Amino acid sequence: MRNNSVIGWLLAAPLSLVLLVFLVAPIVMIVVVSFWGATEWSIYPAFQFDNYAFLLTSDVTYRVFLNTLKYAAITWACTLLIGFTVAYYLAFHIRSLTWQVALFLLCTIPFLTSNIIRMISWIPFLGRNGIANSTLISLGVIDEPLEWLLFSDFSVILAFVHLYTLFMVVPIFNTMMRIDKSLIEAAADAGASGWQTLRHVIIPLTKPGIMIGTIFVVALVMGDFITVRFMSGSQSANVGRMIQNDIGLLQYPSAAATAVILLVTVLLLIGTLLRFVDIRKEL
Amino acid sequence: MTTISKVRYSRRSLLKAGGAAVAAAALPAPMVWGQETKNITLRQFGTGVSNLNEVAEKVKEDLGFTLEMTALDSDSVTQRAATQPDSFDIADIEYWICKKVWPTGNLQAMDTSKIANYDKIVGTFRSGKLTPESVIAQGTAPHTVGFTTGADGKEFVQEESGWMTLIPTIYNADTLGIRPDLIGRPISNWSELLNPEFKGKASILDISSIGIMDMAMVVESMGEYKYPDKGNMTKEEIDLTLGIFTEAKQNGQFRAFWKSFDESVNLMASGEVVIQSMWSPAITAVRSQGIPCVYQPLEEGYRSWGGGIGLSASLSGMELDAAYEYINWYLSGWVGGFLMRQGYYSAVPETSKNFMSEDEWGFWFEGKPAAGDITNPFGQVMEKAGAVRDGGSFYDRMGAVACWNAVMDENQYMVRKWNEFIAA
Repeated sequence: MRNNSVIGWLLAAPLSLVLLVFLVAPIVMIVVVSFWGATEWSIYPAFQFDNYAFLLTSDVTYRVFLNTLKYAAITWACTLLIGFTVAYYLAFHIRSLTWQVALFLLCTIPFLTSNIIRMISWIPFLGRNGIANSTLISLGVIDEPLEWLLFSDFSVILAFVHLYTLFMVVPIFNTMMRIDKSLIEAAADAGASGWQTLRHVIIPLTKPGIMIGTIFVVALVMGDFITVRFMSGSQSANVGRMIQNDIGLLQYPSAAATAVILLVTVLLLIGTLLRFVDIRKEL
Repeated sequence: MTTISKVRYSRRSLLKAGGAAVAAAALPAPMVWGQETKNITLRQFGTGVSNLNEVAEKVKEDLGFTLEMTALDSDSVTQRAATQPDSFDIADIEYWICKKVWPTGNLQAMDTSKIANYDKIVGTFRSGKLTPESVIAQGTAPHTVGFTTGADGKEFVQEESGWMTLIPTIYNADTLGIRPDLIGRPISNWSELLNPEFKGKASILDISSIGIMDMAMVVESMGEYKYPDKGNMTKEEIDLTLGIFTEAKQNGQFRAFWKSFDESVNLMASGEVVIQSMWSPAITAVRSQGIPCVYQPLEEGYRSWGGGIGLSASLSGMELDAAYEYINWYLSGWVGGFLMRQGYYSAVPETSKNFMSEDEWGFWFEGKPAAGDITNPFGQVMEKAGAVRDGGSFYDRMGAVACWNAVMDENQYMVRKWNEFIAA
């Protein structure tokens, strides 16, 4: 018995150590620094609430957080819709496993390039004289180039959806593949229409996958700064850019405070989501 | 000119060179000399503008010692100069950065009597006046932070004291870049940046310390306000300036903001933007794609910037001598010619003249029409025969400086307001 517990501790030790050093310690450090003070070129240890006071009383902070949440919500809805459809098609309409795997791998091919490149390649495409506008003009759909295609919320969200849909497809596809096909047959035998089967059988059983995809997408969008910077032409702000600006100006404590608030927001969000679905039970 | 000493060794070079140097010291002089300089490494860091590998290669060739270059953005440069004095020997920084960094005591003053070409340095960096008639521009003008009281001076002095904080190396006059083909009419005022005619086709750079100066030029040109000192705004003035630009942003005046050189080139070349704040080499980059782009001289004048080399306080002995040797070499013309052929100016233009062809000198410095094709130092054709430099001659351009890049007393407030502007 005693031997077992020692072995248990030993087995858990490497992972705990890794998490302690690479996850817990940095977060603790960020929290500590968020109470420090800063001059224009240095930071000094202190215990003051200045950084938080400034953040929480500035309406810019609220606007920026709202904007970040807006990006997250719209991106989530789009990736869920597309991701679910793709996964559904792969899981239920493709009959042979070989084809399923082949098509699934096909989905991942764009992801073999850097995500910065995938994002930036939208810029010449969407630009005022870009392919999208010149095609639409030559087709006679529009007379003037569409300005809102690039450097707008539209282009930011488009890039997000393009970059992160796969993170929705993978977990949803994975859970769908585990659904016992006989359940669907049973539903059909009991007279359920395709829509009813989807609504009452497939969606409830796919929830853990949806939830995992949601966590991926929300966390990625909330933490992003580079997509927003490039695709909005630096005209929109999200929390990541706020942190980046602070770091650029050597205001590490203020950046740390913003990071802490962002972390808390994301944890609350995910905590709420997890109340709806018990991922561990259903995996 | 100073020469490398034959016997003095700093602790660092001893450690680095180890026994070899000690053994070499015992050998006949010429060999000692070679051995010594070969073992010296000077670590220089600065912004990308003048941290060029070609310079390091030429230093190795002409002076024998090694120059290690590190290029960083201006925020990192400031931080490093202010907080890590032992991480560099030579800091290649801008004058406004010097204003922030000098009080930390991490740089040492330079004895101008050891600078061979000191007397030939352009007046802007000494008396502050390019020509005796010049009016000193607003902002952190280089001469205001260019001199100190003595070898250990902590305070800036306004006269030529014989002790320089930075040796000027590179500078230029910045203005707005435009696409003449897409605008189709003359542009002659900064206020055009906010002209509704260019709604959705304007841009400004998202680097607060420089952007705020461009904004101030625009606000003054619009007749909204006359700043007592654009380089040192009060909180109210900052609010006013950013207020005007926030309103313009919300009305959709700007297509995008840019932070890096490449972004500004792409915005202009693709036609997304037709008028924006720009840097001189970016204009050239757009033109080299065959796209018309003009660095438009404006009635209100230029926003200027200047950089210089500072020496780390911890530099001593043989390395210090080598650093002086380097500075003297820097001002002796080769680097100046190299930089001037890219559109920048050298602190001692007359020495650079020896390293430029008559046509190049005429085009870049005197504002004369090019007689033949003008190529940059890398051999690319930049201008065809007959072209004239935008803004004309050196005296026309540097004589029309309205303000210098600056650091304000209310810098932190300005930065916060700038972030609000971006988020607005």
